[in-house]
Amino acid sequence: MFSRREFLAATVALASITGSGLSGRWSRAAAQQRMTEDDLLGASDFGNLTLLHVTDIHAQLKPVYFREPAVNIGVGAVAGLPPHVTGADFLKLYDIEPGSPEAYALTSEDFGALASQYGRMGGLDRIATIVRRARAERGDGNVILLDGGDTWQGSFTANETAGADMIACMNLLKPDAMTGHWEFTYGTDRVNEAKEALPFPFLGSNVFDAEWDEPAFDAWQMFERGGSRVAVIGQAFPYTPIANPRWLIPDWSFGIREEEVARHVEAAREAGADVVVLLSHNGFDVDRALAARVPGIDIILTGHTHDALPEPVKVGKTVLIASGSNGKFLSRLDLDIGKGELKDLRYRLIPVFSDVIAPDTEMSAKIDEVRAPYEAKLAQVIGQTEGLLYRRGNFNGTWDDLICDALLAERDAEIALSPGFRWGTSLPAGSDITVEDLHNACAMTYPAAYRSKMSGDMLRLVLEDVADNLFNADPYYQQGGDMVRVGGMGFGIDPTREIGSRISDMTILKTGEPIDIARDYVVAGWASVNEDTEGPPIWDVVENYLKANPVYTPRENRSVTVKS
Amino acid sequence: MTRITRRTLLSGTASLAAIAGLGLLARPAWASTEAAQEAVDAFTGGKKPETGKITLTAPEIAENGNSVPVTVEVDSPMTEGDYVASVTILADGNPNPEVATFHFTPMSGAAAATTRIRLAKTQNVMAIAKMSDGSVYSDQKEVKVTIGGCGG
Repeated sequence: MFSRREFLAATVALASITGSGLSGRWSRAAAQQRMTEDDLLGASDFGNLTLLHVTDIHAQLKPVYFREPAVNIGVGAVAGLPPHVTGADFLKLYDIEPGSPEAYALTSEDFGALASQYGRMGGLDRIATIVRRARAERGDGNVILLDGGDTWQGSFTANETAGADMIACMNLLKPDAMTGHWEFTYGTDRVNEAKEALPFPFLGSNVFDAEWDEPAFDAWQMFERGGSRVAVIGQAFPYTPIANPRWLIPDWSFGIREEEVARHVEAAREAGADVVVLLSHNGFDVDRALAARVPGIDIILTGHTHDALPEPVKVGKTVLIASGSNGKFLSRLDLDIGKGELKDLRYRLIPVFSDVIAPDTEMSAKIDEVRAPYEAKLAQVIGQTEGLLYRRGNFNGTWDDLICDALLAERDAEIALSPGFRWGTSLPAGSDITVEDLHNACAMTYPAAYRSKMSGDMLRLVLEDVADNLFNADPYYQQGGDMVRVGGMGFGIDPTREIGSRISDMTILKTGEPIDIARDYVVAGWASVNEDTEGPPIWDVVENYLKANPVYTPRENRSVTVKS
Repeated sequence: MTRITRRTLLSGTASLAAIAGLGLLARPAWASTEAAQEAVDAFTGGKKPETGKITLTAPEIAENGNSVPVTVEVDSPMTEGDYVASVTILADGNPNPEVATFHFTPMSGAAAATTRIRLAKTQNVMAIAKMSDGSVYSDQKEVKVTIGGCGG
């Protein structure tokens, strides 16, 4: 069953956290032993109900490489708190050995070297094995599986099928409920059609009819499992019509609407809920703030900001879970539920090492089936990379450096803009770049690469606006993306300041000249939220660039200077 | 799992206006916070509003600055002896800070109102309630209006 990686000298930490001892370190099951499926999945029979959580899979059916961020700055009250701890600081905080499997899974430290040692992570067939095993151990009726959304978008096949590939595979996994964000970028009709065909509820307490201001989605659902009543409230990404095109979903209005969440918590308690769970796509910092403002939520399954934390974060009586992204992790919570209360819990962030966890054969077959029509196209080699391609990080990543280089060259622009998305998988140095790899970094329904004129002042306003979405000291005003990536221009940024005064020293990199506020610049970018955006899809731009420059050499990017 | 909503019942209702592009609107002279304060004073008769009783609900970030839904609710028994006389809504960054004033009587039953307002930039929206005994209460919320285009 196991491959060469059976010989790994360390085991992955299995966090065993009780509700009262959340400050403990991520404990190792045993040092210096071989990593096996049992080490990763073996569980005690603690409690009476098991909650499983996956989120932000971004249509990654197959195992992937995904480098966690090296830079993830927190501002205001959460400066320096998880998830705003990265690299060596993260290893120290959670007492993780550098070079260990958990260091590879959870941080950017030595990512390139460790990727070759520990291999790809994720794969929906591996996740299916974990889910199947939990259901077998606990009994089908004692397990709840929840999907936090951003499931249907992020790959070539998902984009080609408007999410049908993911829906077919997820239906095999039998989640009990989901919520969403990028799902909405397929447009109102597709979302309605897909939602109505789902054999489980798509929950969104904060999705309202834009005209009538009345609920457009079911808000919550009660599950009677393991002899208990568990209420699950769904919370879609509050800023979907702002961070993504509103014209695709003109009938729906979102927002945090914490008063709605509070109302549903009360209704759930009145209906006899022993435990209240918020299945959320708010983003971690928003949920941390919400937990302090809305009483009565036992567990928030966070999503959107792609954080993976080996321990829960506790706010008052509320436990926050961060389950990572791209199928790299699955969260398992074993709950001890008494009458009307959550008495205790054990938490494990299960790292999905694809060479250790055996694929579920039924799911593997389904994945092969949905990919079959596209396999030849997916495998097509369009270039090579000499260095690691990755995206995540607050300010830049080598994938977006490549995209910006392509935009500057192919669209003949002075400045390139690439949105600070947090999805997009990584590609080790020396790899071929395939069509599948490229689309993992840019598959979407509004891919037009525009070319337009923008004044220096407008560029400054855009940078200030996006920086405020990321660094507003009040988390309720954060949209959860990273900073827009910029090609051809450098700038300074002080995340601790307010909107209008964070950005400085905007400079054309080629000449070293400062940006002239009054001058117009030729700017190329992609993924504009405006309906009338024109241009070739971004993947054609990058593919054409790679045709002319088949070997990409990532370089150190020093164009953004962080000040504070 | 089809929901019946007023939208599905009334098919073909007008769709909302398309979002503004990257370009900013030309800016007239904005109301100053002083102008907003003057409007507050004119409504309250110079009385300093207390907090509590009134709740203003508005989005943290506007989805469309041209049409921002705001709701005010005032906690009151609405009897002859104790009711909400009027509620005014102000936006301190608009050219004219006075947005709307709602008048109530005990016959209103409840003091609540919802409307949509236009906000062309990030600003504070304020709601003030004047009670039948002359006391005044206020609540406010910052509503951010983004220029869009690069959010992610």
